[in-house]
Amino acid sequence: MTGMSDMTARLAVLARRHPWSTFCCRRAVRLTVSLCAVLTGSFAMIHLIPGDPVRAALGIDAAPGLVAARRHQLGLDQPLVAQFRHYLSGLAHGDLGVSLVTGLPVAELLRTRLPATLEIAALAFLCTVLVAFPAGLLAAIRTRDGRHPRSELVFTAATAALTGLPDFVLAAGLTAGLAVGLELFPIAGGTGARSLVLPVLALALAPTAVLARIVRVEALKVLAEDYVRTARAKRLPAVVLYLRHVAPNMLVGSLTIAGNLLPALIAGTVLVEKVFAWPGVGSALAQSVVAHDYPVVQAMALVLGTVVLVANFLVDLLLGLLDPRSTIREM
Amino acid sequence: MTASLLPRAPRVGSRPAVLSPMAVLAVAMAGSLLFLAVAGPVIWGSAAERLDLSAVLQGPSAAHPVGTDNLGRDLFARVLTATRLSLVLALAATLLGAVAGVVFGSLTAVVGGRSRRLLGSLVNLLLAFPGLLVAMFFAVLFGAGAVGAVLALAIGSIPGFARLTQTLAARVADTDFMAAARVLGLRRHRLLWRHVLPNIAEPLLLNTTISAGSALVALSGLSFLGLGVQAPGYDWGQLLSQGLDRIYAEPLPAIAPGLAIVYAALTFQLLGEVLAQAAARRHGGLPRVPGQTARPASPVPPATDDHVLEVEDLTVAIATPDGVSHPVRGISLALRPGEIVGLVGESGSGKSLTALALADLLPEQARAAWRTNRLLGTDVDTMTPGARDRQLATGLAMVFQNPASALNPSLRIGTQLTEAARTHLGLSRSDALAQARLTLTRVALPSPDRLLRSRPHQLSGGQRQRVMIATGLMTRPRLIIADEPTTALDVRVQRQIVELLRGIRREAATAVLFISHDVALVADLCDRVLVMYGGLIVECLPAAHLATDARHPYTRALVESAPDLSADRDRPLRTIDGLPPDPLSPGPGCPFQPRCTNRQARCAEEHPPLSDLGVGHRVACWHPMPPAAPHIKAALT
Repeated sequence: MTGMSDMTARLAVLARRHPWSTFCCRRAVRLTVSLCAVLTGSFAMIHLIPGDPVRAALGIDAAPGLVAARRHQLGLDQPLVAQFRHYLSGLAHGDLGVSLVTGLPVAELLRTRLPATLEIAALAFLCTVLVAFPAGLLAAIRTRDGRHPRSELVFTAATAALTGLPDFVLAAGLTAGLAVGLELFPIAGGTGARSLVLPVLALALAPTAVLARIVRVEALKVLAEDYVRTARAKRLPAVVLYLRHVAPNMLVGSLTIAGNLLPALIAGTVLVEKVFAWPGVGSALAQSVVAHDYPVVQAMALVLGTVVLVANFLVDLLLGLLDPRSTIREM
Repeated sequence: MTASLLPRAPRVGSRPAVLSPMAVLAVAMAGSLLFLAVAGPVIWGSAAERLDLSAVLQGPSAAHPVGTDNLGRDLFARVLTATRLSLVLALAATLLGAVAGVVFGSLTAVVGGRSRRLLGSLVNLLLAFPGLLVAMFFAVLFGAGAVGAVLALAIGSIPGFARLTQTLAARVADTDFMAAARVLGLRRHRLLWRHVLPNIAEPLLLNTTISAGSALVALSGLSFLGLGVQAPGYDWGQLLSQGLDRIYAEPLPAIAPGLAIVYAALTFQLLGEVLAQAAARRHGGLPRVPGQTARPASPVPPATDDHVLEVEDLTVAIATPDGVSHPVRGISLALRPGEIVGLVGESGSGKSLTALALADLLPEQARAAWRTNRLLGTDVDTMTPGARDRQLATGLAMVFQNPASALNPSLRIGTQLTEAARTHLGLSRSDALAQARLTLTRVALPSPDRLLRSRPHQLSGGQRQRVMIATGLMTRPRLIIADEPTTALDVRVQRQIVELLRGIRREAATAVLFISHDVALVADLCDRVLVMYGGLIVECLPAAHLATDARHPYTRALVESAPDLSADRDRPLRTIDGLPPDPLSPGPGCPFQPRCTNRQARCAEEHPPLSDLGVGHRVACWHPMPPAAPHIKAALT
C-alpha cells in the first residue's frame, strides 16, 4: 500500500518536471486504447453480421462445397478466440486476409489504395487551413466592433450556406458543372494533378466555411483584448498588428477546431471517392460493401479508423507544442 | 476593459418581437419542406410510379422537366415524392439518437464519481470517430436497408448528444440548487426529469435541429453508397446515385436530387442559425453614431508652446440602442512639462474615456470632438493622419490599468518593448535592444537580458506594470497617460510604481496625467488635481489643498470617503448615496445635484460654470462649501 502511494507520488513529481512528455504519454495511452477498440470492432464486424457472410458474398445459389471451402479459408470454422489470435498475428505480419470476390490479398489492395486517399485528405485539410485562416481573420478585422454589418451578414450567410453543402452532393455538382459542362477537369479517376482539383475542392469547401467562421469569432475575441489596444497605442503597421499581435493568440483555439474537422473530412473521402471513382480506400470500401466482400470491408474500416485516430493524436501533440500552458492545465 | 466602459445593450425582451428576414426565410423553407413531405406523395406519387418503357433514360423535356429513369418514370415527380421518406428517415434517426444520447449523457449527471468518469471516457472514445464512419460500420452490420441505416445513424449520433448533455448537465449538477435537491433526497430519475433536463432544453433543441440536417445528409450518403433505402423504395440519396451513373450524358437527373438534399440541409442549418441567434441576441453589437466627428477647428488660439497637452471642450459621444450617450460632456485640461496632474472620480465619471479619447483609442461606437486639441504644441486637426499617428506613438505613452492583460501573452518582452521604437524612430534591432536594456534598468528591473527573452506570464504583476511603463518610455515621450496604473496591484507595489513615476518626471521632465479613483494616492503624487463627475470637471485645485480646502460637495465627499485622508478616525467613513447621472439623459442642472446634501433650487435648473477662486483653484458649484472642513482642520492641528 505504501509502495503504491510512493509510486504515485514519484509519478506526480515526474509529471510536474516534464509536462510535455507526460502529456505525450497520456495521449499515447489514449491512442493505444482506442486502437484496441478499433481492432476489436473490425474483428467483431464479420461475426456480428446476421446470417452467413460467406453465403451473402457468394450468392444464394453458390455450391455448398464452395461456401464451406471459403469458410475454412477465412478460418470462420474455428473457435472465436483462436480466430481473434489468428487475426491479430495476421495483422502483425501485414496479412489482412483475402478478398472474397477477387481472391486477391487485401494488403495488396490497401498498399495501392491508401496513398491515394491520404493524398486528397491531406491536400483538402491543407487547403482548408490555408484558406480559412486568412479569410476568417480578414472578416474579423472588417467586422470588429460591429463595423460593416452588411459584410458580416454576407460572410455569415455565405459560410452558413457552404457549411450546409454535403461533400458528395457538391462533388456531383462540380462534376456536372466543371467536368461534364465546361470540360475543365477530368470527370473521374486519378490521372495527374488536374484530377486532384475536384475531389479536393469537394472535400475542403464545407470544412473551410466552418473553420473560417470559427477563426473570425476567435479573432474578434482577440481584437477585443487589452493587449491589442496596447499594440494599437504603438501605432504599428496593420500587417504587424494583425500578424504579430493578433494571429498567434487565436491560433490554438482555431487549430483545435480544425483538428476536430479532420476526422469528418477523412470520413467524407468514402463518398467523394465514389463520385470521382478515385482509386482510394473509400471507393474500395463502397464497392466491397455493395459486393458483401467482408474481408475488404473489415480491413478498410480498420484502416480508416486508424487513420482518424492517428490524425487526432498528431493534432493533439501539435497543439500541445504550440500552447504549452494548455497542456499543463489539462493535466 | 473597453466593454465595461460601454453601456450594456438592453436585453431582448425590451425590443419589439419582429422576425428577422432570416427567420422568415427559415420558416418559409421549413414550411415548403413540410408541404412537400405531406402532399408530395399524394400529388406526384402516381406519376412517380408510372412506368413508360417507351421513354426510358430521357433527358429533360416539357413532359419530364428532369428526365426519366431506366424504367421511364418521371424523375421530377420522384424527387418531390422522395421528400417524405428522406425527411422521415432523417428525423427518426435524429430523434432516436437524441433520446438515447440524452439519457446516456444525463446518467453521468446523477451517478457518482467513478461511473461518471467511466461513462465520460466511453463517450470520449466514441467521439474520436466521425458519426458517418460509425454509421457506415453499423449499416454494414445491420444490412442494407432503410431501417438498418436509421438505426446505424442513430447510434452514430449518440456520442455527440451524450457529450453535449454531459457538459450541460455538469454545469447544472454543480449548482447549489442541485445540491439542495440531493439533500432533500429526491430520487435520481426525478432529479433528471425535474431539474436536469429542463435546464438544458434550449441548447439541446438547437443541437437537435442542426443534427437533423446532418442526419439527412448522412442518410442520403448511406443510400448513395447503397447501404440505405433499397429499391423499390427511393430517397434523394438513391436518386442521386442513379443519376450519377449517367452524369456524362445527362447532368440534371443527378443535380435535381442533389439540389433537394442541399435545400433541405440548408433549411435545417438556417433554422439552427435563427435559434442560435435568438439565444445570443443579448450580446448584439451597438449601432454607430451617425456623423459624429471632430468639429472643425475654431480660429487657432495663440500658441502656448509650454504645454505638452492642451485640450478644450472635449466631448465623447457613444451610440447605444437607446440613443446617443454623452459620458464626457466638454472638459478642458492642460499639462506643462514635468507636471503630474491627477484626474479623480468614481467609476463611470468619464475618466477612462477621456484618456482613450486623448490617445485616439476610443472604441468604434464612440466619437470624440473638441474645440482645440494640441499635442506637444501642434494642433492635431492640422496634422496629416500619418504625422498624428507618429506624434501619438512617440510623444505620448499609455499605461493601462491591468498589466496582466495589457501585455501580449504570446510575444517576448523584448519584442513588445522594442517594436514601437523600431517602427517610429527607425532604430535597428540591436540599437533598440540596447536601449531596451537601459530602459529596463531605469524602471528598476534587474537582469534585463533574461527579462527581454521571457514572456509576460513569467513575470509578477508589479514587474509587468514596470515593463508597461518601460514600453512607454522607449520612445522618450513628453507625456504619460496612466489610467488607474496601480489599481490592480497590491499596496506595496502601488507605492513602488508611484515612486517610479515621480522619478521619471524628475529625470526627463515628463508630464503625467494620472487617472485614479484613489484620492489619497492622487493627493500624495500629483501637483494638481482635476475632479471629474458625470462627464464634467467639477473642481480643479492644487493637490496640497485637496485634503483641507476642497470646496465642491462632491470633492469633499470623496475626501471624506478616503480612509487615508479623513484624519478624524472617530467619525465613520462617509459613503456617497445614490448613483452617478445617466449619460444618456443628463439634466440641465448640476450633475451632482440629486446626490448633493447642500442642493438648492438653482442647482437643478442651471449648470454651474467653473469659477475661479484664485491660486489655481476653480470650482463648478452654485453653493461651494466653506473653505475648510472644521473636523479635518482640527485633526491636523
